[in-house]
Amino acid sequence: MKITKDEVKYVANLARLNLTEAEAERLQTEMADIIAFADTLSNLDTEGIEPTNHAIRVENVLREDENRPSYDRDALLNCAPAKQAGCYSVPKVVE
Amino acid sequence: MELYKLTAHAAMDLLNKKEVSSTELTKAVISRIESVENQVDAYLTNTFESALETAKNVDAKLASGKTLLPLEGVPMAIKDNICTNGIRTTCASKMLENFVPPYDAFVAKKVKAIGAPMLGKLNMDEFAMGSSTENSYFKKTKNPFNLNCVPGGSSGGSAAAVGADMAMYTLGSDTGGSIRQPASFCGVVGLKPTYGRVSRFGLVAFASSLDQIGPLTKDVEDAALVMNLICGHDEMDSTSVNLPAEDFTKALSTDVKGMKIGIPNEYMGEGISAEVKEAILNAAKLYEQMGATVEYFDMPSLSSALPAYYIISSAEASSNLARYDGVKYGYRTENYSDLMEMYKNTRSEGFGNEVKRRIMLGTYALSSGYYDAYYKKAQQVRTIVRGGFENAFKKYDFVLSPTAPVTAFKLGEKTADPMEMYLADICTVSINIAGLPAISLPCGIGKDNLPIGMQLIGNSFDEKTILHAAYAYEKNAGLELKPQI
Amino acid sequence: MHFEDYEVIIGLEVHAELATKTKAFCGCSTEFGSDVNTQCCPICTAMPGSLPVLNKKVVEYAIKTGLATSCEITRYGKQDRKNYYYPDLPKAYQISQFDMPLCVGGYVDINKDDGKKRIGITRIHIEEDAGKLLHDVIPGKSLVDLNRCGVPLIEIVSEPDLRSSEEAKLYLEELKSILECLEVSDCKMQEGSLRCDVNVSVRPKGQTTFNTRTEMKNLSSFSAAVRAIDFEAKRQIEATKAGEKIIQETRRWDDAKGENYAMRSKEEAQDYRYFPDPDLVPIVVSEEQIEEIRKTIPELPSAKRERFVATYGITDYEAGLISQSKPMATYFEKCVDLKETPKTVANWLLGDISKTLNEKNLEPSDISVSPEDLVALIALIDKGTISNTAGKKVLSIMFETGKTPDVIVKEEGLEQVNDGDALKAIVEEIIQNNPKSVEDYKNGKTNVIGFLVGQTMRASKGKANPQMLSPMIKEILDNM
Repeated sequence: MKITKDEVKYVANLARLNLTEAEAERLQTEMADIIAFADTLSNLDTEGIEPTNHAIRVENVLREDENRPSYDRDALLNCAPAKQAGCYSVPKVVE
Repeated sequence: MELYKLTAHAAMDLLNKKEVSSTELTKAVISRIESVENQVDAYLTNTFESALETAKNVDAKLASGKTLLPLEGVPMAIKDNICTNGIRTTCASKMLENFVPPYDAFVAKKVKAIGAPMLGKLNMDEFAMGSSTENSYFKKTKNPFNLNCVPGGSSGGSAAAVGADMAMYTLGSDTGGSIRQPASFCGVVGLKPTYGRVSRFGLVAFASSLDQIGPLTKDVEDAALVMNLICGHDEMDSTSVNLPAEDFTKALSTDVKGMKIGIPNEYMGEGISAEVKEAILNAAKLYEQMGATVEYFDMPSLSSALPAYYIISSAEASSNLARYDGVKYGYRTENYSDLMEMYKNTRSEGFGNEVKRRIMLGTYALSSGYYDAYYKKAQQVRTIVRGGFENAFKKYDFVLSPTAPVTAFKLGEKTADPMEMYLADICTVSINIAGLPAISLPCGIGKDNLPIGMQLIGNSFDEKTILHAAYAYEKNAGLELKPQI
Repeated sequence: MHFEDYEVIIGLEVHAELATKTKAFCGCSTEFGSDVNTQCCPICTAMPGSLPVLNKKVVEYAIKTGLATSCEITRYGKQDRKNYYYPDLPKAYQISQFDMPLCVGGYVDINKDDGKKRIGITRIHIEEDAGKLLHDVIPGKSLVDLNRCGVPLIEIVSEPDLRSSEEAKLYLEELKSILECLEVSDCKMQEGSLRCDVNVSVRPKGQTTFNTRTEMKNLSSFSAAVRAIDFEAKRQIEATKAGEKIIQETRRWDDAKGENYAMRSKEEAQDYRYFPDPDLVPIVVSEEQIEEIRKTIPELPSAKRERFVATYGITDYEAGLISQSKPMATYFEKCVDLKETPKTVANWLLGDISKTLNEKNLEPSDISVSPEDLVALIALIDKGTISNTAGKKVLSIMFETGKTPDVIVKEEGLEQVNDGDALKAIVEEIIQNNPKSVEDYKNGKTNVIGFLVGQTMRASKGKANPQMLSPMIKEILDNM
């Protein structure tokens, strides 16, 4: 499948990445190569084959509804690039 | 012999016999690091002080007449995508340059609990994406056997550190070959356990359904010892398997009589260099001499594993790496006027090219209209690959192949073309796709003094068989590797 | 609201926060109202390397709700990632269920004036809540509080079976009463533990196919949902009549302004890239587990309603209102168990008590008057110790102070004057002062008795027993 530059830009926006024109062009070529490689799979007949989501068969891993201590707020916020009033701070979100 | 050259089990013996102290061992390795780090560039962060502190406590315990736990007091180091409480964990990314986790990964806790002097955090490809460690934001690690060559990746720092005796063992992570391929390039032993054997809690996720932590060691016995340390059920990881603890060292035997070995033709054909092929054939011959039988077989699904791997791993990565948005931790751009700009500039400035490329690919593969053609298809291929291995293990005790198609390549040689770099993983990714265990160990020396590695692939949760066979080979082959430094 | 010639098609997605102690994927508390970011850990703040492990109760509560709404329990649940960026979503994906929910194909019956109507439930799935953005604390910034992040939710998706905002309201009320009855959610609207998204489309009456629908998200009260539906239906009908095309979009409802508007197209272009969460394993539910959970389901509101009518002889309307709220129903039955007349209890519950709750914006679970005290109050009225009017006053003081009715009656001096002689003295005085009324009575205007009763009540400051007054006044007048 061919990937267009518009698709590259659409995907970049979904992934929250900026691309310069040059980057978009480079990525278009590189992604096209990898996608062409991936397209070799389309020759494979997978009709009726269950997809494998997990490499091992494990199910029903559940925990009891029991409290564990939360972390000290400062320990968590310590990692934040911007914090105010006990919160993570971001530019005003316009709704 | 220099103390820093010791294997972990040899060091343990000396400690228990009180012929050496943990402090002496730790100091010896530290001074080794200090003398060669500027050539190898394996470490991103060192924690020598706390390592010496740990060693001191071990020595006090030893002096008080107590017996040491296995690996207690043996200096080691950890790949920098495994969270260490209070010690920065960067994933070799600008994005996490200053990230100091307030918690330990499951394996970091284990290491701490037995009193292992932890020397520092090791270089890698950014977010474990790469096969040469050249994608590190900070530095390029060199191959201790040839400083002009790459150590492999993504656990290049972990492999080079062991290969250059800058740690007695290290922990790495393997998503598509990231333990085994660098182990093979650096002439050390690397084991990727069965998916679910080792808790992923605290391992910064690249591709959650493929990632697994494992040991890089100087020999097979050490690999078994480290496996004993890091395996086990963890209720904090839903994919951690609840199996009784095993003593992997019990598998170490030199007797392989009657063992059946299968070699897939797909891993001995096109793309595999002549010297690598020859080394594998020689290893197979040696196994036969030791009483095992070797058979070649076809497993056509293997050729689909690499494209399937790149789709699955990139798709999962695109989601796993979405959290790096400049809000909660890590890098935030200085240039923004609104939220969208903050997101985009943060991520564009914080991630390197390879990471961006995979995020793009993964986002594309999951995006509306393409899911079935790529992601679902790849997951179906996964079922087929697993089935192929299941069939193989009906006939063989383990599957043998090269770890990498070639020996270590030169720095910069493959950075221009991502596809060429991806082919370096051709023999390893199928194992992650199927969730199987595999060990890489040296089986020869190619041109320019570069080690060749072979890969022993085991059935699910049957690490014992591959440890057994690897141990037998190692003892019989008597291979002597001489690093450049 | 009804629209001539047009039919309104409504589907609802109800999000209910589950009443678990801990979050869906970590052990942090779900308690409401704590200081910002104090109920967080590396898992719910999406620290690198952290992993989710699902809370058992979440599965149990979802299945319980499914069983109570006659859903099929799918037996195999998968959890998926819904990827999008927003500061209140720290992982940049929400763990939800995409194509394999835990429950499918159920229904809820609503009681309309003209009979029962069955509303289909498409599916019930589990997911996690996001955090909260605070916009007004610091100018130019939004602050992120992750206390709610990871709190478990169930999303209950209805079929597009609803045809008016009234039906939507009845459906929401019924659903709320079921969830409360099951105790899977505390359904506190003001704490945001019950929210809904509405999908609205319109079509000319008689048309069988559906037209394009729009969505309004996160309506936080039933009345807001009603207003939003009516506004949107009207807007669509007017647009259609004017020949405009309805476009599939998300519109934001501004309840204060009473109108909605289209959100920016950038936000609409959502491509959530759902895929199975590799960190979480399948949920496989056995027949035995389903039966275990089935056993824990109490009598549902609809069954309770029927029983109340049959057993207690109250009207279907009263039974409907009382059974809709579990705390109210429990309260009712406690009072009845204390040997009070069901009808009287119903009158008090649906009258003054409901009125007080409404005025104070409280839930039935907040009734601060104990059933024992209410029964005691009713007894005081029945015995004639206080008047009905005084009783209402006592109840309101009971709500305020928590004091028992007899104490209040004493403190406030509300006892009725039942003493015939004392009353007679007052009545005679009133009659003397109103010669015009006596004259009117003699001329056949018997309704003056009512006037004189009122005058007497006033003169006695409400303490006179009105039941004794009217015969007494009549007797005196007749004898004059």
